[in-house]
Amino acid sequence: MEKKTLFDKVWDAHVVKSVPDGPDVFFIDKHFIHEVTSPVAFLNLEKRGNKVLFPERTVATPDHNVPTIDQEKTIKDQLSRMQVEKLRENCSKHGIELHDLGTDHHGIVHVIGPELGITQPGMTIVCGDSHTSTHGAFGAIAFGIGTSEVEMVFASQCIMQSKPKRMRITVDGELNEGVTSKDIILYIISKISASGGTGYFLEYAGSAIQSLSMEARMTICNMSIEMGARGGLIAPDETTFEYLKGKEHAPKGEDWDKAVAYWKTLKTDEGAEFDLEYKYDAADIEPMITYGTNPGMGIKIKDNIPSTDGMEGSNKKTYIKSLDYMGFAPGEPIKGKKIDYVFVGSCTNGRIEDIRAVAEFVKGKKKAENITAWIVPGSREVEKLAIKEGLVDILEEAGFKLRQPGCSACLAMNDDKIPAGKYAVSTSNRNFEGRQGPGARTLLASPLTVAAVAITGEVTDPREV
Amino acid sequence: MAYDKFNILNSTVVPLPTENVDTDQIIPARFLKATERKGFGESLFMDWRYDSEGNPKSDFVLNDPTYSGKILVAGKNFGSGSSREHAAWAIYDYGFRCVVSSFFADIFKNNALNVGILPVTVSPEFLEEIFTEVEKDPSTKVEVNIEKQTITLLSTGSFESFDINTYKKGNMQNGFDDIDYLLNMKDEIVAFEAAKKI
Ligand code: SF4
Repeated sequence: MEKKTLFDKVWDAHVVKSVPDGPDVFFIDKHFIHEVTSPVAFLNLEKRGNKVLFPERTVATPDHNVPTIDQEKTIKDQLSRMQVEKLRENCSKHGIELHDLGTDHHGIVHVIGPELGITQPGMTIVCGDSHTSTHGAFGAIAFGIGTSEVEMVFASQCIMQSKPKRMRITVDGELNEGVTSKDIILYIISKISASGGTGYFLEYAGSAIQSLSMEARMTICNMSIEMGARGGLIAPDETTFEYLKGKEHAPKGEDWDKAVAYWKTLKTDEGAEFDLEYKYDAADIEPMITYGTNPGMGIKIKDNIPSTDGMEGSNKKTYIKSLDYMGFAPGEPIKGKKIDYVFVGSCTNGRIEDIRAVAEFVKGKKKAENITAWIVPGSREVEKLAIKEGLVDILEEAGFKLRQPGCSACLAMNDDKIPAGKYAVSTSNRNFEGRQGPGARTLLASPLTVAAVAITGEVTDPREV
Repeated sequence: MAYDKFNILNSTVVPLPTENVDTDQIIPARFLKATERKGFGESLFMDWRYDSEGNPKSDFVLNDPTYSGKILVAGKNFGSGSSREHAAWAIYDYGFRCVVSSFFADIFKNNALNVGILPVTVSPEFLEEIFTEVEKDPSTKVEVNIEKQTITLLSTGSFESFDINTYKKGNMQNGFDDIDYLLNMKDEIVAFEAAKKI
């Protein structure tokens, strides 16, 4: 029998037709939409006189553009309000399930999908958002699409896609103390680079990956796109099934047993071939942080910012431009750099485990004077748990305040903007110029590192606090 | 028809030798608040183009009257980051029909083709040659021929072939898009769905 990778198994099961010397007509099981990338798709759909073919396969939530305080009131920003209202209107017109602001399952689309059990192994999932790759943690093929493709899914539940190549990234061994899944993925991206995954779909494997919780796996898959890969997945196992069991949209009773039996077949066959393989030793990974303007520019916190030795041409020019923007010099240490803001949140690290990690770390401590701290839960569910578990009290005592769920300062479309020139250490996934507000300077790190920075007010290795 | 078709593009170019130009630079998130596709060309490269007071930055290439044309030539790994199609719209609406680089991010490439921009991948050497020639003489023209799948630097005559699959090539030449194709096979898709377990 032909040996197949997990990716091949899921992909091949969703090809309606292959166009000769062209893409595949690729069937989509679940489609998530939000207020920013859907309105033009709905508009074009209607212009062409089409309908949503399978409305029950689409789920919506407003997240990118929503305020994180006073959510129950009318949104002040007129354009944001219009987008959210358009989403409501379109959902009700086309019969699409909407988790609106203030309802029990409102939140960042990539946080609520798994929470509701919508995300399941073996599925194909798309959304007009590149971090759709998050759902790969369940052994699903999940990736971001553009607005034209959103319209295609509405009209036909399919998109035209050429099959990417396969890459496997294996991390074996035991993780060091103070090292989280965010450090693993920042480490991997620093090795492979911000473009090294282009053209590939990734599979993460190895004992260090298998040892992770679902939340931690989501953090890893989330950032697959930061290597240029379309997405990344992890074979489902007992951890996955345990997480999904009993979730609202998960199969029940006999259907559950049938589903699990199928999900257990979703792994890469022994001897199946990848186009490219990387292997890392978990023992080499330490707390990481980025110093530049793409997620590949990451180092161990204890290391110095790379010097320009050996660089030339546009490579060197781009590097210097990036460090200039950050206000850093080549060769200097990153540790001890003064920080103004910390942000805990986003679909990378806005889940309950992340809030727990931060609360546990800051318990009994006080945040530094110079730090403004924003903690934004990924969903209402996370918010509720944080209150129930007493985490909010701990955080407030340390000087933090929990805001309401949404994308917030991850992309700063709402009011949560880091001011120009200020430094933010953030649990989100992108440190591009201006990502967190025009002129803002972002350093990406794990929730533990962010907690440590909040306490000391400067770049700090969480193991040293 | 979703966009203007083209077969041969013969134009001066706008050089942007920066690497890793990400979608947040092409169009910052704060311009994504629209509910229709209008006016994105004006926001293209906003924060590189204008200072915080809204004055044009003279050192940015789009503000330099020496350079113009329908072809944007950019450094390696163009279009990384977000899936926002607004980035491709902004480039198209500004007036570009083709982006040339030695490497493109995947999602951007798909989005570009879907809105009618041809992404042309060339070798790093050819890319450097274009930059050098254009720096020497901004009136240098480049010809992109979809039928032959070639890109030619007209001042030196040097050229390269580029890849595009037969399906996408047909779309570009005819101004068709994927939705036309998908709608034609709706029955097959409905049957496929009905046979699915999940
Ligand atoms: S949290 Fe950030 S990365 Fe995630 S969906 Fe929102 S904007 Fe995108």
